[in-house]
Amino acid sequence: MADMKIGAYICKGCGLGERLDCDELATIAQRDGKAQVVQQHDFLCSAEGVKMIQADIDNEGINRVVIGACSRRAKTEAFNFQNVTISRANLREGVIWIRPDEDDLRETTQEMAADYIRMGCAEAKHSTVPASEQEKGSNDTILVVGGGITGMTAAIEAAKTGYPVHIVEKTGSLGGYAGKMWKDVPMHSPYTDPVDTPVTKLIAEVEADSRITVHLNATISKTSGAPGRFSADISTESGATTTENFGAIIQASGATPYDASQLPELGYGKSKDVVDRVELEQLAIAANGGPIKRPSDGKEVKKVTFIQCAGQRSDKEGHLNYCSGDCCLTSIKQAMYFKDQNPDIETEILFDDLRTPGAPGEDFYRSGQDKLVTFRKGKVSEVVAGSNGPLVRFKDMILDEDVEEEADLVVLATGMVANSGVDIDAVPQNEPGEWEVSVDSILNLNYRQGKDLPHLKYGFNDSHFICFPYETRRTGIYTCGPVRRPMDTQQAIDDATGATLKAIQEIENAKVGRAAHPRSGDLSYPIFRKEGCTQCKRCTVECPFGAIDEDEKRFPVFNESRCRRCGTCMGACPVRVISFENYSCDTVGQQIKNVDIPDEFDEKPRILVLACENDAYPALDMAAQQGVSYSQFARIIPVRCLGSVNTIWVTDALNSGYDGIILMGCQKGDDYQCHFVKGSEMANVRMSKVDDTLETLSLEKERVETYEIAITDIERAPKLINDMAEAVEKMGMSPFKF
Amino acid sequence: MSNYNQEMIDKYRGNFLKEVQDNVEEGDWVKMCMQCGVCSGSCPLGPHWDHPPQEIFMMIRAGKREEVLESTSMWMCTSCYNCIARCPRGLPITHIMHGLATYSKRLGLAPQQQPTAKFAQLFWDNLTKKGRVNELKLGLSLYFMNGIGEGIKTSLKMKDIGLNMLKTKRMSPMEYFGGHSCKDTKGFQAMLKKAQELEEARIGKSGS
Ligand code: SF4
Ligand code: SF4
Ligand code: SF4
Ligand code: SF4
Repeated sequence: MADMKIGAYICKGCGLGERLDCDELATIAQRDGKAQVVQQHDFLCSAEGVKMIQADIDNEGINRVVIGACSRRAKTEAFNFQNVTISRANLREGVIWIRPDEDDLRETTQEMAADYIRMGCAEAKHSTVPASEQEKGSNDTILVVGGGITGMTAAIEAAKTGYPVHIVEKTGSLGGYAGKMWKDVPMHSPYTDPVDTPVTKLIAEVEADSRITVHLNATISKTSGAPGRFSADISTESGATTTENFGAIIQASGATPYDASQLPELGYGKSKDVVDRVELEQLAIAANGGPIKRPSDGKEVKKVTFIQCAGQRSDKEGHLNYCSGDCCLTSIKQAMYFKDQNPDIETEILFDDLRTPGAPGEDFYRSGQDKLVTFRKGKVSEVVAGSNGPLVRFKDMILDEDVEEEADLVVLATGMVANSGVDIDAVPQNEPGEWEVSVDSILNLNYRQGKDLPHLKYGFNDSHFICFPYETRRTGIYTCGPVRRPMDTQQAIDDATGATLKAIQEIENAKVGRAAHPRSGDLSYPIFRKEGCTQCKRCTVECPFGAIDEDEKRFPVFNESRCRRCGTCMGACPVRVISFENYSCDTVGQQIKNVDIPDEFDEKPRILVLACENDAYPALDMAAQQGVSYSQFARIIPVRCLGSVNTIWVTDALNSGYDGIILMGCQKGDDYQCHFVKGSEMANVRMSKVDDTLETLSLEKERVETYEIAITDIERAPKLINDMAEAVEKMGMSPFKF
Repeated sequence: MSNYNQEMIDKYRGNFLKEVQDNVEEGDWVKMCMQCGVCSGSCPLGPHWDHPPQEIFMMIRAGKREEVLESTSMWMCTSCYNCIARCPRGLPITHIMHGLATYSKRLGLAPQQQPTAKFAQLFWDNLTKKGRVNELKLGLSLYFMNGIGEGIKTSLKMKDIGLNMLKTKRMSPMEYFGGHSCKDTKGFQAMLKKAQELEEARIGKSGS
């Protein structure tokens, strides 16, 4: 790029002109910010204001635009200039809206605005315009792992949109778990009776579509590459392996029914007439609409008892801790198999809590009641052999009494276990050059961080539950269906559709070298200066998305298109050799340095707030919109993710006389809300080490605080800033001011 | 009466839910209860019942025929309609309570000593005589419902109110001797008789 030329534009609209001395701000931009062109405008975001800036870009060669107006979250469409960097000094939400309009406060309000102008210019000075990433992928084909309802739906959706698909299914036929069912829970109104599963129809559609290739009895023995250019080895049982290239991967590997032989206390394995939910489906298929017969002696079943939550929602050894989500509806459906055939058959469902999520839920439950299925809140203690069939002992929780009942058949509503491959947190990472196929793995990724997608809880694959449910922690690989959380057929179908859309979005972004998500369209990517690297591996380990591999010499190898641009690696690197063109240790570090620090006796402390741009920063903006105020001594810098905060910023700030520092990130842990999954957590680990720095500087620990802020914390976020201001007042000013 | 009870036992052979569906007013709804307990929690009298509504519904499903029909619980319902207003499943609980009470009475299983059951009978007897409620007699029979001793005690306790009512002409002592009646007592009696016949024909009850 040609020489750097900064243009600073100060808006006088929205009350800025009345509250601030804009002429002085212009002088500061010129003098301190070294802006070559400085202009003021009464209404900067108007067509005329925008035209003025564009004219400077075109005629004056301005390539760093600093806009002193509203928050970077406002007027993004107006202030959208091409081939220049854009820095936003937040004078509206960040200054005049959060400060009361009173004469004696004018001075500090003006100081705030002046600092934001200096910061904006400093950021501009150290940014360059991002060029798109070097690696581009152009493959359109989608790999779908798993040929159940979820996988088939994903394949059909993708094919219909014009993308070729390969389905890899490890068994000899398509259909998955639902293929073994007699009927399914209804998916459309009226939700009254069991319906045919969609399996037959889906198989026909898959087979009829020339864009879909199916590999049966096949597994993936190796996956490598990145979005837009994955390569997968597909191995069949016979030993043959073919290598195919893909643009995106959808993992729909589903779930396996829980092994009921772990439930001897419920009579499984002891009596043939105690079956699990899969076996009941088989009995129903065998009956083909006629009377269902029990396995032991072929007697027609006249009384059947269902035991809900069998081996589930329990912390007993070997049990599942969670609710599998569809078993209550399944038992209602299976009870209807009996009732619909012969209403005189006694069907009893013993439940702890009846949970019927999803569209059919409540209606289907009512329909079961209407068909006189008996629902009884009871805790089963054991199932033993009775004289004519299994004897169920339970406590009726409503009537508070112990009951013994014989049935012809007992059905255990067992759960589902996700087919999520190896738990990469539990096994050693792939050492470079030492990779080998694992039979337990679904994807056999050759990534440094491990062969499969990370697990979250209970063995389900981690995906961003709240914001981006299909996005896993491996870019370009999407999960859907019960592998990511318990769900029923209808939900799995919806899920597959969503994941397919995500895969298509990613393929299209990869073609032009842009980030897929969540910073969709971002052209910047981590730039790594190999010379300085000490091979400490922090970046390789901490990247939440497994984007960084290692070469034979153990230097990090960045896979740009796997990267989400969170900056966690940048925050981790102790020698600061990782940066983005428009976001780096310098772009933030220089903003910190360019804040004017009044000397100790001025009684004007400075509080640095590093706020996550996804939640904390918008929360502060919204607080401003609602007229909440916070300390005039705060200087707020948005960061891509708390994970991108390098401790050098904190150390530098302390050394240059800031009196307090607040880090605002998203919730971490299993229920994380961090957009970049682990960023916030990593930052917290890093910040725990800041205490040492504070100690060497003989500063109070309370001068640096890290908080979890949700986007809704409109009252709390400003309050935390004010609390810090108060704490600083108590502790006194930092002695490090020069 | 117990014939009828036996008849029903034979007819439904343990399927009490079906028996309730077929014979109790709004009994069809019992199966739809989802055992949330909101009714029991809302009932102002719930804590004083042996079995609040939710429990009654569960007992019906569990086939506890005698325990339900001989229970005093449904006689405790004051028709406040709290439960109906709140039941998320829309069960007409109040009506079911009265339906159950009626049915148990019909079967001869209603508790003999339950005060509201007793009072209901007194009220009926009083009303059907003349087609008008004789308040003086009804009041006195209520006082003496549990025997002479208690009757005298209650009457003495209530005497001031009684005298005041006489003074303000809210009650006439003459009522004790005959009392007022509707215009056509005979017609009224015939109507009741006919209604009873129709009812019995409907439920197919043989002896009465
Ligand atoms: S840590 Fe974030 S920015 Fe760095 S390589 Fe990984 S995804 Fe990309
Ligand atoms: S964190 Fe920095 S020094 Fe460490 S391996 Fe990565 S690039 Fe090299
Ligand atoms: S409120 Fe309705 S659904 Fe709930 S327990 Fe009572 S009757 Fe049943
Ligand atoms: S109507 Fe009867 S059962 Fe319902 S809350 Fe009132 S007293 Fe209780």
